[in-house]
Amino acid sequence: MKKPSFMRESVVPVLTVLAVLVALWYVAALFMNHSMVIAEAELKGLAFTPSEIWLRSWALDKPLLPAPHQVIAELWRSTAGLSVTSKRSLVYHGWVTLSATLLGFLLGTLLGILLAIGIVHQKVMDKSLMPWIIASQTVPILAVAPMLIVVLNAIGISGLLPKALISTYLSFFPVVVGMVKGLRSPEAIHLDLMRTYNADDFQVFTKLRWPASVPFLFASLKVGIAISLIGAIVGELPTGAVAGLGARLLSGSYYGQTIQIWAALFAAAFLAGLLVLVVGWSERLVMRLMGSRPERRTA
Amino acid sequence: MLPLLLIAILLVALGISWLCVYLVHLGEKVPAARRFSDLAVPLLFGVMLIAEWELVTRGFGVPEILLPAPSVILSAAANALPTLWEDVVQTFFKSVLSGYIVGCGLGFLAALVINRSGFLKRGLLPLGNFVSALPIVGVAPIAVMWFGFDWQSKAAVIVLMTFFPMLVNTEAGLTAAGHMERDLMRTYAATWGDEMRRLRLPAAWPFVFNALKINSTLALIGAIVAEFFGAPTYGVGFRISTEMGRMNTAMVWAEIGVAAILGSVFYGVIALFERRVTFWHPSVRKGQR
Amino acid sequence: MARPAEGTLVSEFEWGEVDRAAGTSAPVSIFTHPTTPKSLQLFGRMLGVPASMNVIDIETLSLTFETGDGPVQALSNIDLKIAKGDFVSFIGPSGCGKTTLLRVIADLEQPTGGTISVNGTTPELARLDRAYGYVFQAPALYPWRTIARNVALPLEIMGLTRAQQEERIARNLALVNLTGFEKKYPWQLSGGMQQRASIARALAVEPDLLLMDEPFGALDEIVRDHLNEQLLQLWAKTKKTVVFVTHSIPEAVYLSTKIVVMSPRPGRIHDIVESDLPRGPRPLDIRETPEFLKLAQRVRDGLRAGHSYDD
Repeated sequence: MKKPSFMRESVVPVLTVLAVLVALWYVAALFMNHSMVIAEAELKGLAFTPSEIWLRSWALDKPLLPAPHQVIAELWRSTAGLSVTSKRSLVYHGWVTLSATLLGFLLGTLLGILLAIGIVHQKVMDKSLMPWIIASQTVPILAVAPMLIVVLNAIGISGLLPKALISTYLSFFPVVVGMVKGLRSPEAIHLDLMRTYNADDFQVFTKLRWPASVPFLFASLKVGIAISLIGAIVGELPTGAVAGLGARLLSGSYYGQTIQIWAALFAAAFLAGLLVLVVGWSERLVMRLMGSRPERRTA
Repeated sequence: MLPLLLIAILLVALGISWLCVYLVHLGEKVPAARRFSDLAVPLLFGVMLIAEWELVTRGFGVPEILLPAPSVILSAAANALPTLWEDVVQTFFKSVLSGYIVGCGLGFLAALVINRSGFLKRGLLPLGNFVSALPIVGVAPIAVMWFGFDWQSKAAVIVLMTFFPMLVNTEAGLTAAGHMERDLMRTYAATWGDEMRRLRLPAAWPFVFNALKINSTLALIGAIVAEFFGAPTYGVGFRISTEMGRMNTAMVWAEIGVAAILGSVFYGVIALFERRVTFWHPSVRKGQR
Repeated sequence: MARPAEGTLVSEFEWGEVDRAAGTSAPVSIFTHPTTPKSLQLFGRMLGVPASMNVIDIETLSLTFETGDGPVQALSNIDLKIAKGDFVSFIGPSGCGKTTLLRVIADLEQPTGGTISVNGTTPELARLDRAYGYVFQAPALYPWRTIARNVALPLEIMGLTRAQQEERIARNLALVNLTGFEKKYPWQLSGGMQQRASIARALAVEPDLLLMDEPFGALDEIVRDHLNEQLLQLWAKTKKTVVFVTHSIPEAVYLSTKIVVMSPRPGRIHDIVESDLPRGPRPLDIRETPEFLKLAQRVRDGLRAGHSYDD
């Protein structure tokens, strides 16, 4: 049996699937755009050969489905091709969204951890709050986002803070649920051991519960950061904001600039992937510092 | 008036909190009262929040565009029941259900397919995990462009949102059957179909239901947010954005309430099915013997 | 290659082409092949073909695993013959390959060298033929099926009718004293009862060969003694061939007609002890007799010699 290698096991399949997807994308773009090309040809009274139709359908200004290279070109143009402070630069818009995301995420995580600690240590908080927190996971909270923005704008808070508050609100719930599970995860025999040492609640928390909850915390952080980003983007929709990736999405859809929409979407996807990767790396770093080693595969 | 109001607010808060504390202690001491106290305490807490909300907004004269009182919201809702129902039909029954069924179904089938091929599994799963984290809701404007304003575009967004969590979870479920159980099947010279039907699919149900529950929330969110980008003149998301434009916040809150009820009922129904199908799973049969 | 004389048992790896990947091989002798019609087998017996052949025949078997750390030789040069009706125990410390050897017999692992025949054919054909029942270390009962439906699992796969299934379920549950528990779910039974149910499931296939991998390891001593007794009674009544993996010396000596002592690194047979205790169901207090203790001592010495605690 060939020895498993990282390249063969992980990289090659993913690259193959990606390559197939890109190829399918080009074909789909051809199908979806070529009627537009034919209509355009009739309008201008030109005749295109089939290969010209193909090439045109991958080079329209406002295609129904932009081809991959068009999206990449637009991405390049609006990031490296513009100065970072320009109002059309995706870096600028990305930063606007990112700052709201990060601020909201940090606040939400902090509040979530604090509330989780309270719930685990105080029976009354547990009994009265936890059912609501669990129930709230079934509620489409994201739908509340626009309203929060409008209300806060009405009392004069606008810009970064309302979006950050939405992200806070969204990332708060997964963190609470995950941390409560994590703080309660130590087995009975570990807790009994602490009892025999006559440890008080604070010592049990710092020496046992908190370290045990770290994996659960990171699982929630991954969910939380993704949802914070979505919250910040959705928060930019209602008031016709002019800055941020959500605003770019909105303006692109208003003016029919499909390539702009796709570029903004890709930028958002890139940001999301980056954030989740960063959380994943910090998780591995923390776990290594805490002494755990990756599982070895047994024969 | 003000001191009276403040006293009222304080009394309600203290009174209900004391009641909650008492009930929790009662539940600890008297096992028979446990179930009652477990139900009553969160309900009382909710009642307290709503009562305080009403007192504060009415008592301090908070402007309605900022935060309407619960009573105002309820009366607005009562007056607009036909509209609310219309919105529910559009958003839930048309967009959510169709997108949910198609998205979950495709995700399930895709998991069955890639389970056969280790290569596809290693290629598609990392992508699936990655896509689950993306703000897929952002494809809503594109969906509207392709499928029009009506429910089809919302359903398309939902299909995209629910596909990957279903794929990833079903795949995890299909591999959840232990090595021992799979070796057992091998000693019976079972075919792939036998093994699927009798071992892997039943063992996968807990995971599938986990995804179905997650997807129920995602589907509703997807439909509502997608409607922000364009919808015919009904739909929960559409109503929220237009009524907000008219500063009719009571109606907005009523719609949010409707969305909350839809979300919890949808989730609850799935949880009920889960209890029946996965009655054997340790997490479901806690306390049974 | 010269054809061997008619009637001698030769593994098909020496005679004829074997396409292991396709799973086909030339049968050893048409007179002794399990799928040969009975009439032809009788005819063969008239010609002098031996009726009882070794149920399991292993010659210079070896198995090397490729791991991330380099090759691990799990089995090396195993020579073993198990006759029909034997009760054979494999005993040894962890890592000696006893479970691996059992799994090779069951076609759950493939050897990398040497030969093995089960019931006169390859392990794979024996498995496809459902020639054996396998009992794992844990009950491995499906929690979503009742005990009755769990026992019926292999029967469903084999395609028996519902009536046939019911009959076999009732009979085999009675054999392990679990009548009355048909409608219960596995989690409602104790560990010992669950393991008994898994034994009933293995017996329901009505194989002539029973392969058991430390089936009583997770149970407490009293239940274990009881199940050992029951297993011997079962074995005496049904005359099956049993291959039993254990790491308990008293259990191995109590149950077996032959004890295979193995040692690790690489996994190999250190000693084969033929038991001189009476065949058939033995009372539990045979464990106090001098003959028993002598056998146990020999097994223990074998284990010590092959395994050092400084490893």
